[in-house]
Amino acid sequence: MIIETTGLRKSFRSRAGRETKLVEAVRGVDLQVAEGEIFGFLGPNGAGKTTTLRMLATLIEPDGGSAKVAGVDLLKNPGEVRKRIGYVAQGGSTWDDSTAREELVLHARMYGIGKAEAQRRAARALDDFQLTEYADRKCKTYSGGQRRRVDIALGIIHEPKVVFLDEPTTGLDPQSRMHMWDEVRKLREMGMTVFLTTHYLDEADALCDRLSIMDNGEIVAEGTPHELKQDVLGEVVSVHLPTGATGAAEVLDTADYVKKLETTDTGLRLYVEDGATAIPHVLRSLDAASIAINGIELHRPSLDDVFLAKTGRSLRES
Amino acid sequence: MKFLRDTWLVFQRQMLLQLRNPVWVAVGIIQPLFYLLLFAPLLKPALSGAGPILSDAQTYRIFVPGMLVMLSMFMGFSGFGLIAELRAGIIERSRVTPVSRVALMLGRSLRDVASLLFQAAIVTLLAVPFGLRANLANILLAFLLVALMAMFMSSIGYALGLKLRSEDALAPLLNMFVVPIMLLSGILLPLTFAPKWLQHVADWNPFSWGVDAARALFAGDRGNEHIWQALLILGPLTMFAVIISSRAFAKSVR
Repeated sequence: MIIETTGLRKSFRSRAGRETKLVEAVRGVDLQVAEGEIFGFLGPNGAGKTTTLRMLATLIEPDGGSAKVAGVDLLKNPGEVRKRIGYVAQGGSTWDDSTAREELVLHARMYGIGKAEAQRRAARALDDFQLTEYADRKCKTYSGGQRRRVDIALGIIHEPKVVFLDEPTTGLDPQSRMHMWDEVRKLREMGMTVFLTTHYLDEADALCDRLSIMDNGEIVAEGTPHELKQDVLGEVVSVHLPTGATGAAEVLDTADYVKKLETTDTGLRLYVEDGATAIPHVLRSLDAASIAINGIELHRPSLDDVFLAKTGRSLRES
Repeated sequence: MKFLRDTWLVFQRQMLLQLRNPVWVAVGIIQPLFYLLLFAPLLKPALSGAGPILSDAQTYRIFVPGMLVMLSMFMGFSGFGLIAELRAGIIERSRVTPVSRVALMLGRSLRDVASLLFQAAIVTLLAVPFGLRANLANILLAFLLVALMAMFMSSIGYALGLKLRSEDALAPLLNMFVVPIMLLSGILLPLTFAPKWLQHVADWNPFSWGVDAARALFAGDRGNEHIWQALLILGPLTMFAVIISSRAFAKSVR
């Protein structure tokens, strides 16, 4: 495991008017991230994702718990952790009046890399992230997507083992987001472990090998996107019936592929393992019993359903 | 020496960005000119009114050192630039690297000292046509004193910027401190005109010692006890400010 944490905690004092209140931002997080995977932290804003990430990146000191990052104890030796990790913050990280090349060289040198080597790496990073064309223009002239690429190039200029990305695609247009996903996958191909936070369901689903769902400072579920969705009672087949659900319910209740059956206003809802194979069976059984149907729908659970099942709220609402 | 190398890296970048900003360069040159041209002429009759008639040379010997100390106080506004850097994510990006935390602070502070010395040189040179005459070694020693004061102010400015993280909070706070310190240091008019109680209060102001020492140096009185006293007060004080501010850079910022 390249990242391992047990009981990581952090609370902040926040002031509202005259009262100071202790806010428990992260309440005991246990994590295991394997080398070479893209690991995601999914949750609503304020869930404690960024705080956890910043603790792992040595930016804030945990109140309690323990963690090992890239083989080094985070609490005992944050200086050594810094050499092995890269961190890309949410809001950008460049001066308006310097160029991407200058930023990359300086950043490499802050890791103790010599001048000539820093220049060589900067040139390569500019090439890798398709920035060569703008390399010597001031950062303030860059588009959102270009800036984001500079940020990521800065984060990995010293070839870290682990790179932390805080909300890597927030604020980008759909096309730039897709490009960014490709960049993130490229980091994995280069042998890095990627640890990212996101509040986008589609991003967690498409990009992450494994993810933890976080809510209110705690991890509520963990697994591959597929496993997490499987956990939520499988898939749902909705059958719309013109004459009420009673007859159809009697026919289908005994079918062995139906895990659970619910009646709704317009018909039935069937929870099944695999919707694609269940649908023909449903149609055949109802036809044999001469029950007419208005329509049939297959609903595959999303990560939002997982979030809903675990927290009682929808991620879209929070 | 990693620490020195890191400080140089930070200083270099800060200097580069400052020189790229044409507004700053222009203001840095023009601002001292205002004081020399618009205020200094008032000083001669004002100072002469209280005692013997002073010559131009004597007036500028009093005025220029005070002017230099005032410019050093303006370095307290360093925190504003830092808040902008905080917002742009530059401080966080630096803090995640193994770069020395003292270097992050000192490199910035030295940039402020460098720009102050640049302004000080301009003011001193421009005062020469008005009749200012002083020994070069004395002037350099006075510049050292002023550099210490600038470093003190800019360190405090950075510490406050990191703590407050908002220009709206920093501006009034700085004004609250800088204005009394400035008035109590006899920068514009020497405190010899002040009533006794005010002079006693001013004794607690390190900048008042600094102004006295700088004036003694410009007057050619290198043996004056104010000089070593000012060094003794400002040296440790500046060191203390640098430590405080570096710790603020090292400490976790939310």
